[in-house]
Amino acid sequence: MPGTANIIAMKKIVQQLRLEAGINRVKVSQAAADLQQFCLQNAQQDPLLNGMSSSNNPFRPHRACSFL
Amino acid sequence: MCDQTFLAATFGPCDNCSKASPLMNIYLKNEPINYCSFCVEMMACQGLQKGETLTSLKKESETLKKKLEEERGKLTDVELHQVAEKVEAVAALSIKTRRVLKGHGNKVLCMDWCKDKRRLVSSSQDGKVIVWDGFTLNKEHGVTLPCTWVMACAYAPSGCAVACGGLDNKCSVVPLSLDRTENLAAKKKSVAMHTNYVSGCSFTNSDMQLLTSSGDGTCALWDVESGQLLQSFHGHTADVLSLDLAPSETGNTFVSGGCDMKANVWDMRSGQNIQSFESHESDINCVKYYPSGDAFASASDDATCRFYDLRADREVAVYQKDSIIFGASSVDFSLSGRLLFAGYNDYTINVWDVLKGNRVSVLFGHENRISRLRVSPDGTALCSASWDNTLRIWA
Repeated sequence: MPGTANIIAMKKIVQQLRLEAGINRVKVSQAAADLQQFCLQNAQQDPLLNGMSSSNNPFRPHRACSFL
Repeated sequence: MCDQTFLAATFGPCDNCSKASPLMNIYLKNEPINYCSFCVEMMACQGLQKGETLTSLKKESETLKKKLEEERGKLTDVELHQVAEKVEAVAALSIKTRRVLKGHGNKVLCMDWCKDKRRLVSSSQDGKVIVWDGFTLNKEHGVTLPCTWVMACAYAPSGCAVACGGLDNKCSVVPLSLDRTENLAAKKKSVAMHTNYVSGCSFTNSDMQLLTSSGDGTCALWDVESGQLLQSFHGHTADVLSLDLAPSETGNTFVSGGCDMKANVWDMRSGQNIQSFESHESDINCVKYYPSGDAFASASDDATCRFYDLRADREVAVYQKDSIIFGASSVDFSLSGRLLFAGYNDYTINVWDVLKGNRVSVLFGHENRISRLRVSPDGTALCSASWDNTLRIWA
């Protein structure tokens, strides 16, 4: 009984590994270049990276406050 | 320390031969089946090719694992931080605590932002789920659940409901009503049922489907309206602690991480485990996709955060420092993906430069460990939930 459980489990593992061994992979240099490009392209719109001015960022305190 | 077993003995009529005998509960193509041990043996023998035995399968798995290592190694021509050498370093950040949300009576375990970029939902050990307005600090809704340790909560994309779950082994959806006097707990609807605690939940692109991860080692996709199980994901060998959906442009996949130190990427439609990454040395507490969808980061009890690229199928960066010895519990990327915010059990949040691999800043303020942190949908703020009973919004 424990034998068949192990065989079923092993078979699943082997099938999974066969699948994983067969996928297409890209070179790290290419993948890294793409990641870097994405970062740099979007860097301008990143408020936490650049720091938004107090007037634009709703969470930062405003300098002046006037009663209407 | 996992206590889940896939083969548990119960007694009853076998699904195949109808004889009453001790049954083995196994999963066949994601369907739970109860076969008596004789029928299981027959089925296992039919599944085996000629000459396949346990030892031959073991040998094959060893050779396949070695082959995987080789294949991955062949493509490692350069490291990420080497490629990023020419990039300008990140300028000094001026991120400070802007809001402190007080109101929970016990450890805050989870939080999520609403798509409107100002509301957020948080859940706590005392069983309370609170919806806050981040700008005004107003508590807009409060639901008390009958269980303690509400470990997972999520805001629906429409902003009209929240999902929460935890030690009750369920994930429930609560519709939010504009009527303040209405008892929200009465409208709570149980959607997900697991056999162990629910560690994470997330709506897919609509309010109609909910994805959950559980201490029973599985993830599952549910239809909210009917409560039906649409797909289950088996492959982890221990508790699954976290999951994250791929950003919508890139398709129907999600990543999960668990106590078996593995991070798995799954196809939501077929239930298939597409890729698996095993380089952490301890439980993976949190996984989060990179904004482009081509990579993801993980936070682990081994005090490191790691960055994995899906197309290169390997780990491409490790964020660690000798002075950091406490486990990392949660990670999230800034809008452009340049910054990685990671919350640790030493009460701090470290900000890492994703490309260069160095630490840019440390955010102090919480008085107990960080349980979860999330960047707001438009990237203007970061919210952190902590065991010190508060949430902080940083901007």
